[in-house]
Amino acid sequence: MRVLTRLFGTILIAFCMIMPAYALDVRATVLRVDYPSLLPISRYDLVPDDLGFAGAVLGDEDNQTTGSFLGMTFETEFVSTAPEALDAQLDSILAQGTDLLIVMADADDLLKIADRAGVDVMVINATARDTHLRDDMCRANTLHVAPSQSMMADAVVQFAMWKRWRRLFLIHGSNPADRALGDAYRRAATKFGAEIVEEREFEDTGGSRRTDTGHVLVQRQIPVFTQDAADHDVVLAADASDVFGLYLPFHLWTPRPVMGSGGLRPVTFHAAHEAWGATQFQRRFEALSGRYVQEADYQVWLALRVIGEAVIRTNSAAPDVLMNYILSEDFELAAFKGRKVNFRPWNGQLRQPILLTDSKLTVSVSPQDGYLHQRSTLDTLGLDQPESACSAFDQ
Amino acid sequence: MNRHVNFLACLCLSTFGLSSAASANKVFVSNEKGNTITVIDSDTWEPITEFPGGNRPRGIGISPDGKYLYVCASDDDTIRVFDTETYQEVWTLPSGPDPELFTIHPSGELLYVANEDDNLVTVVDTQSRTIVAEIPVGVEPEGMAISPDARFVINTSETTNMAHFIDTSDYKIKHNILVDQRPRYAVYSDDGNKLFVSSEIGGTVSVIDPNGADGPVLTDKIGFEVSGVQPEWLQPVGMKITADNKWLFVALGPANRVAVIDAETLEVVDYILVGQRVWQMAFTPGQEFLITTNGNSNDVTVIDVAKQRAIKSVQVGQQPWGVAVMPDE
Repeated sequence: MRVLTRLFGTILIAFCMIMPAYALDVRATVLRVDYPSLLPISRYDLVPDDLGFAGAVLGDEDNQTTGSFLGMTFETEFVSTAPEALDAQLDSILAQGTDLLIVMADADDLLKIADRAGVDVMVINATARDTHLRDDMCRANTLHVAPSQSMMADAVVQFAMWKRWRRLFLIHGSNPADRALGDAYRRAATKFGAEIVEEREFEDTGGSRRTDTGHVLVQRQIPVFTQDAADHDVVLAADASDVFGLYLPFHLWTPRPVMGSGGLRPVTFHAAHEAWGATQFQRRFEALSGRYVQEADYQVWLALRVIGEAVIRTNSAAPDVLMNYILSEDFELAAFKGRKVNFRPWNGQLRQPILLTDSKLTVSVSPQDGYLHQRSTLDTLGLDQPESACSAFDQ
Repeated sequence: MNRHVNFLACLCLSTFGLSSAASANKVFVSNEKGNTITVIDSDTWEPITEFPGGNRPRGIGISPDGKYLYVCASDDDTIRVFDTETYQEVWTLPSGPDPELFTIHPSGELLYVANEDDNLVTVVDTQSRTIVAEIPVGVEPEGMAISPDARFVINTSETTNMAHFIDTSDYKIKHNILVDQRPRYAVYSDDGNKLFVSSEIGGTVSVIDPNGADGPVLTDKIGFEVSGVQPEWLQPVGMKITADNKWLFVALGPANRVAVIDAETLEVVDYILVGQRVWQMAFTPGQEFLITTNGNSNDVTVIDVAKQRAIKSVQVGQQPWGVAVMPDE
């Protein structure tokens, strides 16, 4: 009986469409470049086949639900490519007239894509964190939903300062990306008045990441590597290559907290985040994808929501109209982080809170209390306007 | 002109002493983290008891006859119904998954429930305890309101950022109004001439004329400003308007204040300092008092409505969320 009533009710109340103000078809493409990669140190960090795309499916669905009330349709195409096939794929995407392009690629490829796409295409960088993309290498057609490494480093060091952990022991890897991350931590330390009292390089000597009983060796190597350091309050790990950061907690010579690439990690999102209604995001994502969300999924979801929000408010799908609106003060978006996110008009970077997680819970969220800014406290994270060499957005 | 609120003990006591002639009503507060309902006496403002409310009790309301307390037990995917005298659970109502907020038809026969996870508004018959209808709405439905003439039910969807006008005769959406980010709560003025929608992340209250010639129309937006408080923490959530349609009270979440708005001029005339993370609110039947739930200080604040002043805070369970007051007998 109850089932019948339900069924009847549902049929009776078939979706009511309001007369649309404008009929608008919005098409976006998510382009993912799949680089050859090593296995991660932790199995929890294995890369799923639908990384990013699963976030796009949810973003598309969210936009579509809203669009259905306004007579708009949203459609998203997914393209993954090997690096060597990128040029051909890109040509094919652009030939189809795609002008809303979300990119998951490294910095060099992102620049290549942005330049080939040209001014008539709006590019959204969903994953590349290299600070120089927002600095001297910025592009006028490119927005960055991914935070920069310097935003992440600032988020970590603000927390250290809030805890009064001023003396930092910085351990960075030996690859260029690790050194760049180390630079970001050095700048953050200077910016917020912390002191790097000791600095060491953990050399990436290669070798297999999967060995049986590997933890036995780690337990012996890490204490030796970290002994005799100057007195410090906390260890910062700058390990963009995923070589040693996760090995540091509990294995240090001197018992200290670890932050950065191990211990307390800065992330845009994680699967246990529940505050500010995020539980609903998690449930919707898991129902659609059958797995936990990863940062890249959230970032691609956010990129599509940026597009969706701009389309809904402007009644347009034209890249120049959207770009103008997105970079204006009128643009705002809720992102399950307790406050609105919007863009820095001088370099196209999304302002956003950064979550600090112990990989189980949200431990804290930066910016921390007391870090003030004349424009937005979110601008205490990352390159600020006076520091940025980006001039592509000057008009 | 903002007046400073001096929360002086002597002032509270004298104010409290003057107003104690009001009749006593039970105040029910849902404690989201504590999984309990706290009952407070509105005469003495002392807690009477605390009883289990199901898992993650949030939205809460009382049947027009005062007999039943409805509690959205969000993590139980049901609405629990309690006897307001014995505090015993009498039955549950099917609500659809993750019910958060609902509004009650003036007859008491129907509940309109927002189901956050399923993008649905569920209509529940309180007598037959069955689901009458499910209405697809925007992403993450939350705020629910009913027009004084009961013709429209309003639902706000937090990620779609709309107020949906659902016709109560055929359960079809007749109008949609775009508002600012994360609309949380909707309330009609008693004369039905204004609809207010609070946008938590947008930091504004949208003012809608529901009776425009060509359908509902957004007429104004109310913003907030408190010196010394970062603008991002001014997050409007719960709202209540006085029956004479003069004063709109808006809970500002992590700003720990309730804004007092002249409902005619739409100007914010005062900010009343209350407990931490102020969330939902309810009037006592004569509207002498407004009670606010303060999620991060585990208490409720009692506001003297005429004086627009906080007079008392009462400790309740863990993370108070919703509040409902018994009608006069």
